[in-house]
Amino acid sequence: MRRREFLAAIGAMTLEVRYPAVEPRRGLSFPRDHGAHPEYRSEWWYLTGWLHTARSEPLGFQVTFFRARPPFDSANPSRQAPRQILLAHAALADPVFGRLRHDQRAARVALGLAGASEETTAVWLDDWRLALEGGRYRTRLAARDFSLELELEASDPPLEQGEAGYSRKGRRAGEASYYYSRPRLAARGAVDRGNGSEPVSGSAWLDHEWSSTLMAPEAAGWDWVGIELADGGALMAFRMRDRQGAAHYAGGTLLGAQGHRRVFAPGEIAFEPRRRWRSPRTGVEYPVAMRVTAGSESWELAPLMDDQELDARASTGTIYWEGAVRALQRGREAGRGYLELTGYWKPVRL
Amino acid sequence: MWRLAIVLNARFAHQWGRTALSIAGIALGVALGFAVSLINRAAVEELGAGVRSLAGEADLVVRGGRSGFDEALYVQLAKFDGVAAASPVLEAEAGLAAGERTIRLVGIDALRAARMQPALFADDPARRIELLRPDVVFLSAAASDRLALGAGEKLRIVAGLDIVELEIAGVLPASALRGAAALTDVATAQWRLDRIGQLNRVDLRLAPGVDREAMRTRIALLLPAGTLVSTVEMAEDSGAALSRAYRVNLNVLALVALLTGGFLVFSAQALEVTRRRGEHALLRVLGLERRGVTRLVLVEAAAIGVLGSATGLALGYALAGAALRFAGADLGAGMFRGVAPALSFPAGSAIAYLAAGVAIAAGGALLPALDAARTAPAQALKAGDEQRLFARATGLRPGAALLAAGAVLAQFGPLDGIPLFGYLSIACLLVGGILLMPWLSQAALARLPLTARVPYALALAQLRAAPGQAMVSLAAIVASFSLMVAMAIMVASLRSSVEQWLDAVLPADLYVRTTHAGETAWLEPELEVRVKALPQVQRAEFLRSGRITLDARRPPIALMARDLTREGTALVFPLVGARHQRRRDDPPPAWVSEAVADLYGYAPGERIALPVGGRNHPFVVAGVWRDYLRQHGAIVLERALYVELTGDRRSNDATLWLAPGASVADTMQALRALPGGELLEMAAPGEIRDISLRLFDRTFAVTYALEAVAVLVGLFGLSSSVAAIVLSRRREFGMLRHLGMTRAQINSMLAAEGGLLALLGVAAGLVLGALISLVLVYVVNRQSFNWGMELHLPYGLLAGLSLLLIGLALLTAYVSGREATGMAPVRAVKEDW
Repeated sequence: MRRREFLAAIGAMTLEVRYPAVEPRRGLSFPRDHGAHPEYRSEWWYLTGWLHTARSEPLGFQVTFFRARPPFDSANPSRQAPRQILLAHAALADPVFGRLRHDQRAARVALGLAGASEETTAVWLDDWRLALEGGRYRTRLAARDFSLELELEASDPPLEQGEAGYSRKGRRAGEASYYYSRPRLAARGAVDRGNGSEPVSGSAWLDHEWSSTLMAPEAAGWDWVGIELADGGALMAFRMRDRQGAAHYAGGTLLGAQGHRRVFAPGEIAFEPRRRWRSPRTGVEYPVAMRVTAGSESWELAPLMDDQELDARASTGTIYWEGAVRALQRGREAGRGYLELTGYWKPVRL
Repeated sequence: MWRLAIVLNARFAHQWGRTALSIAGIALGVALGFAVSLINRAAVEELGAGVRSLAGEADLVVRGGRSGFDEALYVQLAKFDGVAAASPVLEAEAGLAAGERTIRLVGIDALRAARMQPALFADDPARRIELLRPDVVFLSAAASDRLALGAGEKLRIVAGLDIVELEIAGVLPASALRGAAALTDVATAQWRLDRIGQLNRVDLRLAPGVDREAMRTRIALLLPAGTLVSTVEMAEDSGAALSRAYRVNLNVLALVALLTGGFLVFSAQALEVTRRRGEHALLRVLGLERRGVTRLVLVEAAAIGVLGSATGLALGYALAGAALRFAGADLGAGMFRGVAPALSFPAGSAIAYLAAGVAIAAGGALLPALDAARTAPAQALKAGDEQRLFARATGLRPGAALLAAGAVLAQFGPLDGIPLFGYLSIACLLVGGILLMPWLSQAALARLPLTARVPYALALAQLRAAPGQAMVSLAAIVASFSLMVAMAIMVASLRSSVEQWLDAVLPADLYVRTTHAGETAWLEPELEVRVKALPQVQRAEFLRSGRITLDARRPPIALMARDLTREGTALVFPLVGARHQRRRDDPPPAWVSEAVADLYGYAPGERIALPVGGRNHPFVVAGVWRDYLRQHGAIVLERALYVELTGDRRSNDATLWLAPGASVADTMQALRALPGGELLEMAAPGEIRDISLRLFDRTFAVTYALEAVAVLVGLFGLSSSVAAIVLSRRREFGMLRHLGMTRAQINSMLAAEGGLLALLGVAAGLVLGALISLVLVYVVNRQSFNWGMELHLPYGLLAGLSLLLIGLALLTAYVSGREATGMAPVRAVKEDW
């Protein structure tokens, strides 16, 4: 309401932005769709994975670049006019440390200091960057208390989510995103946790998603999981939650070991909390252990460590839980991946 | 404690009037000093806090003055090795539409600033995003208060000859940003101030472990001329330097008031010691030691000091509060724009002023106390031995030596921008002059003829034979009157110099400018063409003004590019001193104001480099001109050259000479009809002259007030000491009555004594005051404000003051005499005090 009053007040000077709608049957085309889609409201490149050091210590990591197009525009010819905003989170989950090492950045796309290519994946914010060069993603960043440099080999083609990359997020048409994943990226590189650089290797998962209306008005947040299965397959499942915490919409994809792709209907996906953990810093409670069902199969998710809460109020303005998890079936590890729990602090606003 | 109580009780019971005056003197001095220090502290702290709060956690700040630098420099700095974060800023003192007020408009990149100045967003992180909206501002709490504007309203600022409306999206909490400012997006600032592609500040945070000084040196090499990199502390220094001389001047005035209070204590205690000579002698006889007598007198004085100082502290606090509320932190001098200080009660400073008050009171009583102890009891118990106090201090040498020292000290330059030696010189002259008075007065009185008129002859004989008590009054007259004279001459000189200067700098018929408030207004070249084409205008000169910084520790200098004709130069600048004859191989000329010549040591003929348009260019100092407007200095260049170097064809002011027969009103109407003309401010020279003089008087209002108070204290001291002398001689009057003198004759005798004393004091005070005024004019003011001025003696005022003082002395002597001679002669002779 406040915003509307405000926009009405300076209506003549401010042009309200019209975001393009997300339409079914658009299809994805590469390499163009690896790049940024600046006309849409929001977009992200979400890189998560499990690494191990030379001494076989497990480490989880997350590198995320968000792009946002603010809802206002003007005729301002300044090169610094804030037409595109980039935000970035980086986190390292280290069970020895017991909580996340994390850092964040925010900047407008201006003067070459921050930007996102429209040709292929190449996004940078000062000295943090993520880029696709040939068949390899590279990321490099120096955070406040760790630094990370990885090369990620993609041997599989992109996994299109939903109907050919059109992933519905709500019950109404248009409540959807364009979405593909790159599971099973072979990662190799170095991590510095403040005591010198150490070589690491492992496996990672990249999500690239863009939309103008990702969340239905009823939705308050979502649970998302991406698991690389031990048999060579991959599972992505999500549910949008309403303000009461009930599932508002859900979806998922299972990639079989032989390359067979199965897309699940909303009714076929279920998330059941098994154990909750309360953050001592923020008092927010997260269901850090979940039972995820997709079709006829179920997995028990067990976190690498409970405290994988990320306070991103200084960049994206939210607090969420994003952590490395193991997926168990009948008590045995059946895969590893990342679980994302948003909207448990306050409803997410994009 | 009880002993003190008894002493004070005895004293107050009998002498409450004089004691109250001593307390009031100390209280006034302490109050003034404490109030000035409180106001300074509040203002400087606020200024520093403002600088710090805007700089946040920045390690280094790169500043480009008003003209700024290309935003590419920001990119270069952000990528510079060792820089952890860079935050771009475009800020300007923006004129507010309608009125003469300004607001500091600070264009920031909220996302970058959040890492540098987290306090701006600590209470509401969403503000970072709100601040990205086009054409919105957030006001600081102080700005919202001062402008009485809040969220949802419009901030209307002047840019060029247009008015830009910015939506006030919110008000920051007072903890987020000190001082009066409006935050906006850097892109909005660039666009709305018509400065696309430019910035004028970049805040830098360095990577951990990087050496700040080394970085500063390395970054300095990157910067274009006129852009400087400094630490936050340096920026605070330059803010404090803005007003330092002014503050020191006020402090010295407070010190004068305090010393006057000390002098009152001295005169009161001296008379008290004389009056109680018998009492002290009795105490000695009863077994009190010499030191005991000294202690007794000192304790009394210290008690007066404590009472006076405590009263002074309370009074000073109230005074400071009232001054801040009604006149602002600069006391009307216009130095702390955008500062909203809050008053605190600093315990350390309070204790220091309390101690100073007590020390000065005790110091004033030291001489009388020693005298009281020195007197042999047997001698003191006899009547008629009251004239010893100055007996030993009548030598010529100490006074002459101090006067000589004063003359020598006046030759030294300033210390760290403060005319410390000048103040010391004044102190030496003052004390030296007073010490010379016994000798001088004896020499003068010895030359006066004794006449047959009995009252006059008796008065003269009394002064010649018993100078001790009279010297106290004389010293009081000389001290207060010489300071009065010095101040009067100094202020008259400054004011008449300013008047002459205004006549010299306002030779034309009409002056036109954009709103002079702030730095965001300008005239476009098209307007210049149109103005010159008006039939009413015979000739028009335009001026572009900006600011440059030559030294990061000093406030910026005004840079003025003027249309100049060869014959016009002398007209528009009152040149002083030598001027440089141009030689063929000389670079272009620059004319520097006296302040620049003093502060930066530039002399005519010298070659200097000035940062114009982002590069250093050579200039030759063609002359030094007088400028009372810009205390931190101004440099004038030829405008054609400035346009060539910068490409900046805009201007801020125009000076118009009208065609024969054209009227000012008619021309103003024609100017108003031009496109953008309705926002022009126009004034005839007479109007500007009046406004400027009013501004001048307002600036000095507090200085005048402080002087008046110091003088008033001096006058009270004079009349009280004359009264005391008269009252202490009642026995003598009784005897004279027995010898056949009438009451009227005794009154005449007393009036003659008072008149003679005042005459001596006034004559000496005039000479000493004139000497001190020379130091004030040529040393203290020159070094504090870098103002040159011509000596101007206000004869009428001085004559009036002299008559006032002599009249007051006569009146006091007469009135006290009537009172003293009112009692029966027999009782007077018998009276034993």
